[in-house]
Amino acid sequence: MTNDSTSSVATEQPLILMEAVEKWYGDFQALKSVNLSVRKGEKIVLCGPSGSGKSTLIRCINHLEAYQKGRIVVDGVSVTDNHKAIDIVRQEVGMVFQSFNLFPHMTVLQNCMLAPIRVRGTSKSEAEATARRYLDRVHIGNQADKYPAQLSGGQQQRVAIARALCMQPKVMLFDEPTSALDPEMVKEVLDTMIGLAQDGMTMICVTHEMGFARQVADRVIFMADGQILEEAHPEIFFKSPQHPRAKQFLGEILAHH
Amino acid sequence: MNTVFSLKDFVFLLAGLKWTILLSAIAFTGGGIVGLIVAVARTAQSAWLRRVMIFYIGVFQGTPLLMQLFVVYYGLGLIGIQVPAWAAVTLAFTLNASAFLGDIWRGAIQALPRGQTEAATALGLPMVSRLRDVILPQALRIAQPATVGYAVQLIKGTSLAAIVGFIELARAGQIVSNQIFAPILVFGVVGAIYFVLCWPLSFYSARLEAKFAASR
Repeated sequence: MTNDSTSSVATEQPLILMEAVEKWYGDFQALKSVNLSVRKGEKIVLCGPSGSGKSTLIRCINHLEAYQKGRIVVDGVSVTDNHKAIDIVRQEVGMVFQSFNLFPHMTVLQNCMLAPIRVRGTSKSEAEATARRYLDRVHIGNQADKYPAQLSGGQQQRVAIARALCMQPKVMLFDEPTSALDPEMVKEVLDTMIGLAQDGMTMICVTHEMGFARQVADRVIFMADGQILEEAHPEIFFKSPQHPRAKQFLGEILAHH
Repeated sequence: MNTVFSLKDFVFLLAGLKWTILLSAIAFTGGGIVGLIVAVARTAQSAWLRRVMIFYIGVFQGTPLLMQLFVVYYGLGLIGIQVPAWAAVTLAFTLNASAFLGDIWRGAIQALPRGQTEAATALGLPMVSRLRDVILPQALRIAQPATVGYAVQLIKGTSLAAIVGFIELARAGQIVSNQIFAPILVFGVVGAIYFVLCWPLSFYSARLEAKFAASR
Protein backbone atom coordinates (compact mmCIF):
# COMPACT_ATOMS: atom_id res chain seq x y z
CA MET A 1 0.00 0.00 0.00
CA THR A 2 2.99 2.34 -0.19
CA ASN A 3 2.61 5.24 -2.51
CA ASP A 4 5.03 4.76 -5.44
CA SER A 5 5.77 8.44 -5.92
CA THR A 6 6.91 8.78 -2.33
CA SER A 7 8.78 5.52 -1.94
CA SER A 8 10.97 6.43 -4.92
CA VAL A 9 12.31 9.45 -3.05
CA ALA A 10 12.44 7.68 0.29
CA THR A 11 15.94 7.43 1.67
CA GLU A 12 17.48 4.78 3.87
CA GLN A 13 17.19 7.01 6.90
CA PRO A 14 13.81 6.84 8.59
CA LEU A 15 11.98 10.14 9.04
CA ILE A 16 11.19 9.29 12.65
CA LEU A 17 13.23 6.93 14.74
CA MET A 18 12.51 6.00 18.34
CA GLU A 19 14.96 3.74 20.11
CA ALA A 20 14.31 2.22 23.51
CA VAL A 21 12.36 5.27 24.63
CA GLU A 22 11.27 5.23 28.28
CA LYS A 23 9.16 7.76 30.06
CA TRP A 24 8.00 8.06 33.64
CA TYR A 25 5.50 10.29 35.34
CA GLY A 26 6.90 10.03 38.84
CA ASP A 27 6.70 6.33 39.66
CA PHE A 28 4.39 5.51 36.80
CA GLN A 29 6.12 4.28 33.67
CA ALA A 30 4.21 5.63 30.67
CA LEU A 31 6.49 4.29 27.93
CA LYS A 32 8.47 1.07 28.21
CA SER A 33 11.33 0.66 25.77
CA VAL A 34 9.44 1.88 22.74
CA ASN A 35 11.05 1.26 19.35
CA LEU A 36 9.51 2.74 16.26
CA SER A 37 10.76 3.63 12.83
CA VAL A 38 8.67 5.59 10.34
CA ARG A 39 9.71 6.05 6.72
CA LYS A 40 8.88 9.10 4.64
CA GLY A 41 5.35 8.88 3.30
CA GLU A 42 4.30 6.15 5.73
CA LYS A 43 0.95 6.27 7.48
CA ILE A 44 0.84 4.78 10.94
CA VAL A 45 -2.26 4.24 13.04
CA LEU A 46 -1.63 3.90 16.77
CA CYS A 47 -4.37 2.26 18.78
CA GLY A 48 -4.85 0.69 22.16
CA PRO A 49 -6.87 1.08 25.34
CA SER A 50 -6.90 4.45 27.11
CA GLY A 51 -3.85 5.03 29.26
CA SER A 52 -1.75 2.78 27.04
CA GLY A 53 0.71 5.55 26.17
CA LYS A 54 -0.35 6.33 22.58
CA SER A 55 -0.69 10.07 23.13
CA THR A 56 2.42 10.16 25.27
CA LEU A 57 4.35 8.46 22.47
CA ILE A 58 3.47 11.02 19.81
CA ARG A 59 3.85 13.90 22.25
CA CYS A 60 7.44 12.81 22.85
CA ILE A 61 8.18 13.16 19.13
CA ASN A 62 7.78 16.97 19.20
CA HIS A 63 8.89 17.14 22.83
CA LEU A 64 5.60 18.28 24.29
CA GLU A 65 6.60 15.61 26.79
CA ALA A 66 10.17 14.97 27.89
CA TYR A 67 11.38 11.37 28.00
CA GLN A 68 14.00 10.00 30.33
CA LYS A 69 15.77 7.24 28.41
CA GLY A 70 16.41 6.25 24.83
CA ARG A 71 16.63 8.32 21.69
CA ILE A 72 14.25 10.02 19.27
CA VAL A 73 15.52 11.29 15.92
CA VAL A 74 13.30 13.28 13.57
CA ASP A 75 14.63 13.84 10.05
CA GLY A 76 18.20 13.45 11.30
CA VAL A 77 17.76 15.78 14.28
CA SER A 78 18.00 14.30 17.74
CA VAL A 79 15.14 15.35 20.03
CA THR A 80 17.03 15.98 23.24
CA ASP A 81 16.84 18.66 25.89
CA ASN A 82 18.67 20.98 23.52
CA HIS A 83 16.32 23.88 22.81
CA LYS A 84 17.68 24.52 19.32
CA ALA A 85 17.11 20.92 18.28
CA ILE A 86 13.60 20.94 19.73
CA ASP A 87 12.79 24.16 17.86
CA ILE A 88 13.97 22.66 14.57
CA VAL A 89 11.97 19.48 15.11
CA ARG A 90 8.78 21.37 16.02
CA GLN A 91 8.97 23.30 12.76
CA GLU A 92 8.95 20.03 10.83
CA VAL A 93 6.28 18.26 12.86
CA GLY A 94 2.65 19.34 12.65
CA MET A 95 0.22 18.32 15.36
CA VAL A 96 -3.55 18.11 15.56
CA PHE A 97 -5.19 17.77 18.97
CA GLN A 98 -8.37 16.14 20.18
CA SER A 99 -9.70 19.49 21.44
CA PHE A 100 -8.65 21.51 18.32
CA ASN A 101 -6.85 24.15 20.41
CA LEU A 102 -7.44 26.93 17.93
CA PHE A 103 -6.61 30.39 19.26
CA PRO A 104 -10.07 31.81 20.07
CA HIS A 105 -9.06 35.48 19.90
CA MET A 106 -7.84 35.19 16.31
CA THR A 107 -9.74 34.67 13.09
CA VAL A 108 -9.33 31.42 11.19
CA LEU A 109 -6.95 33.17 8.81
CA GLN A 110 -4.88 34.67 11.65
CA ASN A 111 -4.66 31.26 13.30
CA CYS A 112 -3.10 29.91 10.11
CA MET A 113 -0.75 32.85 9.51
CA LEU A 114 0.77 33.20 12.98
CA ALA A 115 3.37 30.43 13.01
CA PRO A 116 4.72 30.92 9.47
CA ILE A 117 5.22 34.64 10.22
CA ARG A 118 6.69 34.22 13.71
CA VAL A 119 8.67 31.03 13.20
CA ARG A 120 9.68 31.00 9.55
CA GLY A 121 9.77 34.76 9.04
CA THR A 122 7.38 34.52 6.11
CA SER A 123 6.01 37.82 4.83
CA LYS A 124 2.38 38.64 5.66
CA SER A 125 1.22 38.44 2.05
CA GLU A 126 2.93 35.11 1.49
CA ALA A 127 1.61 33.70 4.78
CA GLU A 128 -1.89 34.78 3.83
CA ALA A 129 -1.63 33.18 0.39
CA THR A 130 -0.40 29.92 1.94
CA ALA A 131 -3.12 30.03 4.59
CA ARG A 132 -5.86 30.58 2.01
CA ARG A 133 -4.49 27.74 -0.13
CA TYR A 134 -4.62 25.26 2.76
CA LEU A 135 -7.97 26.53 4.00
CA ASP A 136 -9.36 25.95 0.51
CA ARG A 137 -7.85 22.51 0.57
CA VAL A 138 -9.71 21.58 3.74
CA HIS A 139 -12.83 23.15 2.16
CA ILE A 140 -13.15 26.00 4.62
CA GLY A 141 -11.74 28.89 2.59
CA ASN A 142 -15.02 30.81 2.78
CA GLN A 143 -14.84 30.92 6.61
CA ALA A 144 -11.38 32.52 6.78
CA ASP A 145 -12.54 35.69 8.52
CA LYS A 146 -14.67 34.00 11.17
CA TYR A 147 -13.61 33.28 14.73
CA PRO A 148 -13.22 29.65 15.83
CA ALA A 149 -16.26 29.83 18.12
CA GLN A 150 -18.43 30.58 15.09
CA LEU A 151 -17.54 27.24 13.50
CA SER A 152 -18.73 23.70 14.14
CA GLY A 153 -16.37 21.18 15.75
CA GLY A 154 -15.66 19.51 12.44
CA GLN A 155 -14.88 22.84 10.81
CA GLN A 156 -12.62 23.81 13.72
CA GLN A 157 -10.68 20.59 13.43
CA ARG A 158 -10.22 21.13 9.68
CA VAL A 159 -8.88 24.62 10.44
CA ALA A 160 -6.51 23.05 12.96
CA ILE A 161 -5.26 20.71 10.23
CA ALA A 162 -4.81 23.64 7.84
CA ARG A 163 -3.00 25.62 10.54
CA ALA A 164 -0.51 22.79 11.01
CA LEU A 165 -0.07 22.36 7.25
CA CYS A 166 0.75 26.06 6.81
CA MET A 167 4.13 25.32 8.42
CA GLN A 168 4.64 22.78 5.62
CA PRO A 169 5.69 20.07 8.02
CA LYS A 170 7.33 16.80 7.02
CA VAL A 171 5.24 14.79 9.45
CA MET A 172 1.74 15.19 10.83
CA LEU A 173 0.80 13.84 14.25
CA PHE A 174 -2.89 13.36 15.02
CA ASP A 175 -3.89 12.89 18.64
CA GLU A 176 -7.42 11.43 18.58
CA PRO A 177 -8.58 14.08 16.10
CA THR A 178 -12.18 12.88 15.91
CA SER A 179 -12.80 11.86 19.53
CA ALA A 180 -14.31 15.19 20.57
CA LEU A 181 -16.56 15.50 17.53
CA ASP A 182 -20.25 14.87 17.13
CA PRO A 183 -20.74 11.73 15.05
CA GLU A 184 -21.95 13.57 11.95
CA MET A 185 -18.74 15.59 11.82
CA VAL A 186 -16.29 12.71 12.07
CA LYS A 187 -16.45 11.95 8.36
CA GLU A 188 -15.48 15.42 7.15
CA VAL A 189 -12.35 15.34 9.28
CA LEU A 190 -11.44 11.78 8.29
CA ASP A 191 -11.96 12.67 4.61
CA THR A 192 -9.53 15.57 5.04
CA MET A 193 -7.00 13.21 6.62
CA ILE A 194 -7.48 10.65 3.85
CA GLY A 195 -6.85 13.37 1.26
CA LEU A 196 -3.66 14.31 3.08
CA ALA A 197 -2.55 10.68 3.15
CA GLN A 198 -3.19 10.31 -0.57
CA ASP A 199 -0.95 13.31 -1.20
CA GLY A 200 1.89 11.41 0.42
CA MET A 201 2.08 13.08 3.86
CA THR A 202 3.86 11.10 6.53
CA MET A 203 1.31 10.61 9.31
CA ILE A 204 1.07 9.10 12.75
CA CYS A 205 -2.53 8.97 13.91
CA VAL A 206 -3.76 8.01 17.34
CA THR A 207 -7.32 7.01 16.55
CA HIS A 208 -9.95 4.39 17.12
CA GLU A 209 -11.44 4.91 13.67
CA MET A 210 -10.80 1.45 12.36
CA GLY A 211 -12.34 2.17 8.94
CA PHE A 212 -9.80 4.95 8.54
CA ALA A 213 -7.00 2.62 9.64
CA ARG A 214 -8.07 -0.01 7.08
CA GLN A 215 -8.25 2.52 4.29
CA VAL A 216 -5.12 4.54 4.94
CA ALA A 217 -2.62 2.88 7.29
CA ASP A 218 0.50 1.14 6.11
CA ARG A 219 0.88 -0.26 9.59
CA VAL A 220 -1.29 -0.47 12.66
CA ILE A 221 0.55 -0.35 15.95
CA PHE A 222 -1.16 -1.68 19.02
CA MET A 223 -0.09 -0.42 22.44
CA ALA A 224 -1.00 -1.40 25.97
CA ASP A 225 0.59 -0.47 29.30
CA GLY A 226 3.21 1.72 27.66
CA GLN A 227 4.48 -0.98 25.33
CA ILE A 228 4.11 -1.71 21.64
CA LEU A 229 2.61 -5.20 21.64
CA GLU A 230 1.79 -5.67 18.01
CA GLU A 231 2.66 -4.09 14.69
CA ALA A 232 1.02 -5.26 11.47
CA HIS A 233 -0.59 -4.33 8.19
CA PRO A 234 -4.22 -3.34 8.92
CA GLU A 235 -5.73 -6.26 7.00
CA ILE A 236 -3.68 -8.70 9.04
CA PHE A 237 -4.14 -6.87 12.32
CA PHE A 238 -7.93 -6.70 12.06
CA LYS A 239 -8.35 -10.22 10.70
CA SER A 240 -6.01 -12.07 12.99
CA PRO A 241 -4.56 -10.11 15.87
CA GLN A 242 -1.85 -12.13 17.64
CA HIS A 243 -1.55 -10.69 21.12
CA PRO A 244 -4.36 -11.54 23.55
CA ARG A 245 -4.63 -7.85 24.62
CA ALA A 246 -5.08 -6.87 20.95
CA LYS A 247 -7.78 -9.51 20.51
CA GLN A 248 -9.57 -8.27 23.58
CA PHE A 249 -9.26 -4.62 22.50
CA LEU A 250 -10.56 -5.29 18.98
CA GLY A 251 -13.41 -7.34 20.40
CA GLU A 252 -14.40 -4.40 22.60
CA ILE A 253 -14.26 -1.63 20.02
CA LEU A 254 -15.70 -3.65 17.13
CA ALA A 255 -18.68 -4.63 19.31
CA HIS A 256 -19.76 -0.98 19.10
CA HIS A 257 -19.55 -0.75 15.33
CA MET B 1 -11.09 83.75 57.11
CA ASN B 2 -13.67 82.50 54.68
CA THR B 3 -16.20 79.98 55.83
CA VAL B 4 -17.99 79.26 52.56
CA PHE B 5 -16.98 76.81 49.88
CA SER B 6 -15.69 79.16 47.20
CA LEU B 7 -14.49 78.67 43.66
CA LYS B 8 -10.95 79.10 44.98
CA ASP B 9 -11.45 76.05 47.22
CA PHE B 10 -12.78 74.04 44.31
CA VAL B 11 -9.75 74.99 42.20
CA PHE B 12 -7.56 73.87 45.11
CA LEU B 13 -9.33 70.49 45.07
CA LEU B 14 -8.79 70.24 41.32
CA ALA B 15 -5.08 70.86 41.85
CA GLY B 16 -5.17 67.90 44.22
CA LEU B 17 -7.06 65.90 41.62
CA LYS B 18 -4.21 66.52 39.19
CA TRP B 19 -1.84 64.73 41.60
CA THR B 20 -4.31 61.92 42.16
CA ILE B 21 -4.50 61.31 38.41
CA LEU B 22 -0.76 61.57 37.97
CA LEU B 23 0.00 59.23 40.89
CA SER B 24 -2.58 56.75 39.61
CA ALA B 25 -1.07 56.82 36.13
CA ILE B 26 2.42 56.28 37.51
CA ALA B 27 1.31 53.45 39.78
CA PHE B 28 -0.70 51.71 37.07
CA THR B 29 1.96 52.06 34.40
CA GLY B 30 4.83 51.00 36.65
CA GLY B 31 2.75 48.31 38.33
CA GLY B 32 1.52 47.08 34.95
CA ILE B 33 4.96 46.73 33.43
CA VAL B 34 6.50 45.06 36.48
CA GLY B 35 3.26 43.12 37.05
CA LEU B 36 3.52 41.53 33.61
CA ILE B 37 7.00 40.34 34.46
CA VAL B 38 5.76 39.08 37.84
CA ALA B 39 2.87 37.19 36.20
CA VAL B 40 5.10 35.56 33.60
CA ALA B 41 7.77 34.66 36.15
CA ARG B 42 5.11 33.35 38.54
CA THR B 43 3.93 30.90 35.82
CA ALA B 44 7.41 30.07 34.50
CA GLN B 45 8.72 26.52 34.24
CA SER B 46 11.49 27.21 36.71
CA ALA B 47 10.32 26.25 40.20
CA TRP B 48 12.97 28.53 41.68
CA LEU B 49 11.60 31.56 39.82
CA ARG B 50 8.03 30.69 40.82
CA ARG B 51 9.00 30.50 44.50
CA VAL B 52 10.74 33.88 44.38
CA MET B 53 7.58 35.40 42.89
CA ILE B 54 5.31 33.78 45.48
CA PHE B 55 7.47 35.42 48.14
CA TYR B 56 7.45 38.79 46.34
CA ILE B 57 3.68 38.77 45.94
CA GLY B 58 3.23 37.63 49.53
CA VAL B 59 5.35 40.44 50.95
CA PHE B 60 3.72 43.27 49.01
CA GLN B 61 0.17 41.98 49.34
CA GLY B 62 0.60 41.05 52.97
CA THR B 63 1.90 44.36 54.31
CA PRO B 64 0.10 47.73 54.27
CA LEU B 65 0.84 50.11 51.42
CA LEU B 66 1.19 52.82 54.03
CA MET B 67 4.03 50.91 55.65
CA GLN B 68 5.66 50.29 52.27
CA LEU B 69 5.58 54.04 51.57
CA PHE B 70 7.12 54.72 54.97
CA VAL B 71 9.87 52.19 54.47
CA VAL B 72 10.78 53.42 51.01
CA TYR B 73 10.66 57.14 51.90
CA TYR B 74 11.93 57.32 55.47
CA GLY B 75 13.63 53.93 55.66
CA LEU B 76 15.93 54.57 52.72
CA GLY B 77 16.61 58.01 54.16
CA LEU B 78 17.67 56.42 57.46
CA ILE B 79 20.30 54.26 55.76
CA GLY B 80 21.66 57.29 53.96
CA ILE B 81 19.89 57.05 50.63
CA GLN B 82 17.96 60.28 50.11
CA VAL B 83 15.02 59.71 47.78
CA PRO B 84 12.84 62.54 46.52
CA ALA B 85 9.19 62.10 47.46
CA TRP B 86 8.03 61.47 43.90
CA ALA B 87 10.66 58.75 43.43
CA ALA B 88 9.69 57.08 46.70
CA VAL B 89 6.03 57.15 45.76
CA THR B 90 6.73 55.82 42.26
CA LEU B 91 8.80 52.97 43.66
CA ALA B 92 6.39 52.03 46.44
CA PHE B 93 3.28 52.18 44.25
CA THR B 94 5.00 50.26 41.45
CA LEU B 95 6.11 47.48 43.79
CA ASN B 96 2.71 47.27 45.47
CA ALA B 97 0.63 47.43 42.28
CA SER B 98 2.89 44.93 40.50
CA ALA B 99 2.25 42.37 43.24
CA PHE B 100 -1.53 42.72 42.92
CA LEU B 101 -1.67 43.00 39.12
CA GLY B 102 0.90 40.22 38.73
CA ASP B 103 -1.20 37.92 40.87
CA ILE B 104 -4.44 38.82 39.03
CA TRP B 105 -2.80 38.11 35.67
CA ARG B 106 -1.11 34.96 37.01
CA GLY B 107 -4.55 33.60 37.80
CA ALA B 108 -5.82 34.48 34.32
CA ILE B 109 -2.85 32.82 32.64
CA GLN B 110 -3.48 29.67 34.67
CA ALA B 111 -7.18 29.78 33.79
CA LEU B 112 -6.42 29.30 30.10
CA PRO B 113 -6.80 25.77 28.81
CA ARG B 114 -3.46 23.95 28.68
CA GLY B 115 -4.13 23.18 25.03
CA GLN B 116 -3.48 26.81 24.12
CA THR B 117 0.14 26.65 25.26
CA GLU B 118 0.52 23.17 23.81
CA ALA B 119 -0.77 24.19 20.38
CA ALA B 120 1.48 27.26 20.36
CA THR B 121 4.42 25.11 21.44
CA ALA B 122 3.71 22.42 18.85
CA LEU B 123 3.65 25.08 16.13
CA GLY B 124 7.19 25.95 17.15
CA LEU B 125 6.38 29.46 18.37
CA PRO B 126 9.21 30.89 20.49
CA MET B 127 8.41 31.80 24.10
CA VAL B 128 8.02 35.53 23.46
CA SER B 129 5.52 34.89 20.68
CA ARG B 130 3.64 32.31 22.75
CA LEU B 131 3.17 34.96 25.43
CA ARG B 132 2.57 37.99 23.25
CA ASP B 133 0.39 36.42 20.56
CA VAL B 134 -1.40 33.57 22.31
CA ILE B 135 -1.34 33.65 26.12
CA LEU B 136 -1.38 37.29 27.22
CA PRO B 137 -4.11 38.58 24.86
CA GLN B 138 -6.43 35.89 26.18
CA ALA B 139 -5.34 36.17 29.80
CA LEU B 140 -5.67 39.96 29.91
CA ARG B 141 -9.15 39.64 28.48
CA ILE B 142 -10.13 37.20 31.23
CA ALA B 143 -8.49 39.44 33.82
CA GLN B 144 -10.02 42.67 32.55
CA PRO B 145 -12.80 43.06 35.16
CA ALA B 146 -10.39 42.33 38.02
CA THR B 147 -7.78 44.63 36.49
CA VAL B 148 -10.19 47.54 36.23
CA GLY B 149 -11.46 46.81 39.73
CA TYR B 150 -7.90 47.03 40.98
CA ALA B 151 -7.28 50.24 39.01
CA VAL B 152 -10.25 51.84 40.77
CA GLN B 153 -8.84 50.73 44.14
CA LEU B 154 -5.51 52.16 43.13
CA ILE B 155 -6.95 55.59 42.33
CA LYS B 156 -8.45 55.77 45.79
CA GLY B 157 -5.29 54.30 47.32
CA THR B 158 -3.13 57.12 46.01
CA SER B 159 -4.45 59.22 48.91
CA LEU B 160 -1.81 57.50 51.02
CA ALA B 161 0.83 59.53 49.18
CA ALA B 162 -0.24 62.39 51.45
CA ILE B 163 2.00 61.01 54.20
CA VAL B 164 5.12 61.85 52.22
CA GLY B 165 3.84 65.34 51.45
CA PHE B 166 1.70 65.07 48.35
CA ILE B 167 -1.39 67.27 48.43
CA GLU B 168 -3.56 65.01 46.32
CA LEU B 169 -7.35 65.06 46.25
CA ALA B 170 -8.12 63.59 49.68
CA ARG B 171 -5.45 65.64 51.45
CA ALA B 172 -6.62 68.77 49.61
CA GLY B 173 -10.13 68.05 50.83
CA GLN B 174 -8.88 67.73 54.38
CA ILE B 175 -7.10 71.08 54.16
CA VAL B 176 -10.14 72.86 52.73
CA SER B 177 -12.42 71.22 55.26
CA ASN B 178 -10.20 72.38 58.12
CA GLN B 179 -10.31 75.92 56.79
CA ILE B 180 -14.05 76.32 56.27
CA PHE B 181 -15.33 73.86 58.90
CA ALA B 182 -17.71 72.18 56.48
CA PRO B 183 -16.50 68.58 56.38
CA ILE B 184 -19.74 67.09 55.05
CA LEU B 185 -19.90 69.51 52.17
CA VAL B 186 -16.19 69.35 51.31
CA PHE B 187 -15.84 65.60 51.59
CA GLY B 188 -19.10 65.27 49.66
CA VAL B 189 -17.49 67.21 46.82
CA VAL B 190 -14.26 65.20 47.15
CA GLY B 191 -16.24 61.96 47.04
CA ALA B 192 -18.13 63.16 43.98
CA ILE B 193 -14.86 63.95 42.20
CA TYR B 194 -13.50 60.45 42.99
CA PHE B 195 -16.74 58.99 41.70
CA VAL B 196 -16.56 60.97 38.45
CA LEU B 197 -13.03 59.68 38.02
CA CYS B 198 -13.73 56.01 38.83
CA TRP B 199 -17.20 55.39 37.52
CA PRO B 200 -16.39 55.84 33.80
CA LEU B 201 -13.67 53.21 34.23
CA SER B 202 -16.12 50.69 35.63
CA PHE B 203 -18.67 51.63 32.97
CA TYR B 204 -16.17 51.33 30.13
CA SER B 205 -14.97 48.01 31.53
CA ALA B 206 -18.51 46.61 31.54
CA ARG B 207 -18.94 47.68 27.93
CA LEU B 208 -15.65 46.05 26.92
CA GLU B 209 -16.74 42.87 28.65
CA ALA B 210 -19.98 42.83 26.70
CA LYS B 211 -18.05 43.39 23.49
CA PHE B 212 -15.65 40.52 24.19
CA ALA B 213 -18.52 38.28 25.18
CA ALA B 214 -20.18 38.99 21.82
CA SER B 215 -17.03 38.12 19.85
CA ARG B 216 -16.67 34.78 21.59
